[in-house]
Amino acid sequence: MIIAEKKPIEEIIQEVKDFDRILILGCNECVTVCEAGGKKEVEVLASVLRMYFMAQGQEKTIGERTLERQCDHEYLEEIRNIIDDYDAVVSLACGVGVQFAAEKYLTMPLLPGVNTVCLGANEDRGLWTERCQACGTCVLARTGGICPVSRCAKRVLNGPCGGSTNGKCEISKDTDCAWQLIIDRLKALDKMDDYEKVAPVKDWSTDRAGGPRTVTREDVKI
Amino acid sequence: MRLKIPTNFRIIRLPCTGKIDIIHILRAFEKGADGLYVVGCMEGDCHFNEGNFRARKRVEQAARVLDLIGVGGERVKMYNLSSGEGPLFAQYSIEMVNKIKELGPSPIRLARQRMSKKADAA
Repeated sequence: MIIAEKKPIEEIIQEVKDFDRILILGCNECVTVCEAGGKKEVEVLASVLRMYFMAQGQEKTIGERTLERQCDHEYLEEIRNIIDDYDAVVSLACGVGVQFAAEKYLTMPLLPGVNTVCLGANEDRGLWTERCQACGTCVLARTGGICPVSRCAKRVLNGPCGGSTNGKCEISKDTDCAWQLIIDRLKALDKMDDYEKVAPVKDWSTDRAGGPRTVTREDVKI
Repeated sequence: MRLKIPTNFRIIRLPCTGKIDIIHILRAFEKGADGLYVVGCMEGDCHFNEGNFRARKRVEQAARVLDLIGVGGERVKMYNLSSGEGPLFAQYSIEMVNKIKELGPSPIRLARQRMSKKADAA
């Protein structure tokens, strides 16, 4: 899922201080699971902003709404009849949701309430770690299901670099060397022969290098 | 025991302090509470193992937020005691009420009063 983390309250206050009617818009998908922008976080942020402005002697209207998703037209349409009641929207969705809402409501200032971090997994309670960089050409089949693109700082594709020591990466003693993990897994799978095969040059045009990416599926279009 | 405790606080019963969430604490302040304290079981004695530890974290979280918005994090506190410690419960309630009296009314309550006066005048 997409991992995001809450922006500091001070930053959000700075973003919204000039508006009088603010809608806090949550998203029921990834940001709910990573506890950054779901219904609960909407309630907390709205309560905090209400109290902050009240203590400052400012009367502001802070509305709360959480949509099923902010990356689909039909759910964003649900706020069309209430959007004009507000001067600004703080979206707690990932960067996708903020942008999609901004595209839909052209004259409404859309402010991000979270920082979108990565595509990751919930490794433990309160711990989310990156697993994918959406490079567009998956190599997991030959790397034992461990991604050298997202988990190796250098994105090397043919074994570890010289910075790998005792299974850890030179960037931090807490960061596993992705290639050490790959080798360990290939050994467990009895597939070390795959490790000896030199990887062909990767097509990075499907990554960010090729500009914004699009998926078009004629078979599902109506 | 017939212990004397202050009358100016309200007890809200929870199945376990682990049930409390930061939003419950914030809502109390939003509605005009001057202070709030959570009384959980002794650490290590939670029937659900970590309910009171969770509560403590949430109280700390609420205190940080209240500090940040100028309400004052010292208005929330977590206490731990066992069910057999009635006198300690009374002592904690007196301690908290005195502390809140020292701090004075919450800025939110004062703001609410100002707002309702303004509305009445209008």
